[in-house]
Amino acid sequence: MKDTVDPDISLPLTELIVCPQCDAVFHLKEPETGEKAVCQRCHTVLIAPRRQAGLKIIAIALATFILIIGATFFPFLTIDAAGNKNSVSVFDSALAFSSGPMVLLALATAGLIMVVPLVRAMLTLYVLVPIVLDLPPARYAMQAFRFSQALQPWSMAEIFALGCAVALVKIADLATVGFGPAFWMFGGLVVLLVAQESFMCRWSVWNSLEHPKKS
Amino acid sequence: MGLVACTRCTRAWPLGTQTCGRCGHKMVSRDAHSLQKVWAFWIVGLMCYVPANVYPMLKTKTLFENDESTIVGGAVELAHHGAFGIAFIILLASVAIPLAKFWAVAYLAVSVRRPGAGGNHARHLMYEVVEYIGRWSMIDIFVVAILSSLVQLNTLANINPGPASMFFALSVIFTMLSAQAFDSRLIWDKQTKDGTPLND
Ligand SMILES: [Zn+2]
Ligand SMILES: [Zn+2]
Repeated sequence: MKDTVDPDISLPLTELIVCPQCDAVFHLKEPETGEKAVCQRCHTVLIAPRRQAGLKIIAIALATFILIIGATFFPFLTIDAAGNKNSVSVFDSALAFSSGPMVLLALATAGLIMVVPLVRAMLTLYVLVPIVLDLPPARYAMQAFRFSQALQPWSMAEIFALGCAVALVKIADLATVGFGPAFWMFGGLVVLLVAQESFMCRWSVWNSLEHPKKS
Repeated sequence: MGLVACTRCTRAWPLGTQTCGRCGHKMVSRDAHSLQKVWAFWIVGLMCYVPANVYPMLKTKTLFENDESTIVGGAVELAHHGAFGIAFIILLASVAIPLAKFWAVAYLAVSVRRPGAGGNHARHLMYEVVEYIGRWSMIDIFVVAILSSLVQLNTLANINPGPASMFFALSVIFTMLSAQAFDSRLIWDKQTKDGTPLND
């Protein structure tokens, strides 16, 4: 990744990498594990292979999957005001918008905090498990991975977690509020999602999907 | 230089290739409709942002009073109760970030048409910040969702979402689409046309 390619030299296209953010062209040179290849023009990270990243990501995706299911149905906050008790799960709070045109909002909320992270975890497993096992890629694995990348900005579990904290303070003087089990699951989920992003090197996945190891 | 690149998987292909042979992403050397899409989503987002601030976001019903608060009104109320930190987060996520985002996307879209509009690195950083931070505006919607499901205490207190919540959610979604439609490669194009070196 040292040099921008001179337009006059014609390298085979497979030996090039093009920065998706700024379109600078570089001669492809795979960095060592733990190192990074960075676009020299706009500093976007292009390749960042990590040791045993595949296995780690699979483990994280599995844990994410279980946590989302749990965090959806267990209560995450309980409220107690003068004997009136109420406890809600994420599922309930998405349904808070269930009257009239607010249904759209309910669907959007449920989608952003549960469905999108869940779908991304499943797509990740679908794409990465065959790669790590040195099997040929699953059918439509590339489309699946592309879709999972496109969904990334719409996965908002971590924003929801901060939203919990804000909501807590807002009603602190109205009632006693306690955390349910799902709140801690959500906390764990946020950590997992961040870790997953740090292990994920997209270029490596694309490369192994294109050149599967023959087993 | 006779090649076109896939923005999803960074693979290069000969100029004129329609879809990426590796990941199947649709490819264009420069998205000619990029700016049109940016402006279309931008305008819809702005149109939703106005009612989001005018209509009430939360309807609070307690034993003694019926209260409807807008986004800014709710934050001011929080500050009165001494919760300055939370009031600050709400104002930041629901007012400052959306407004800054409208301004930044518009600035970027205008700047790629006009030479001499700020450094490329500064503009690229701006683009990355906008893409990263825009999602966080959604926090107010989640707070409304949490509060309205949690505070359903029969006659004692009830909180329900107001119409502003839907407009606000739409505004966030459309500004996110607007930022995603922007082809960040346009920022760097002018430089090559000016004859300044590519790799500085
Ligand atoms: Zn770049
Ligand atoms: Zn591609």
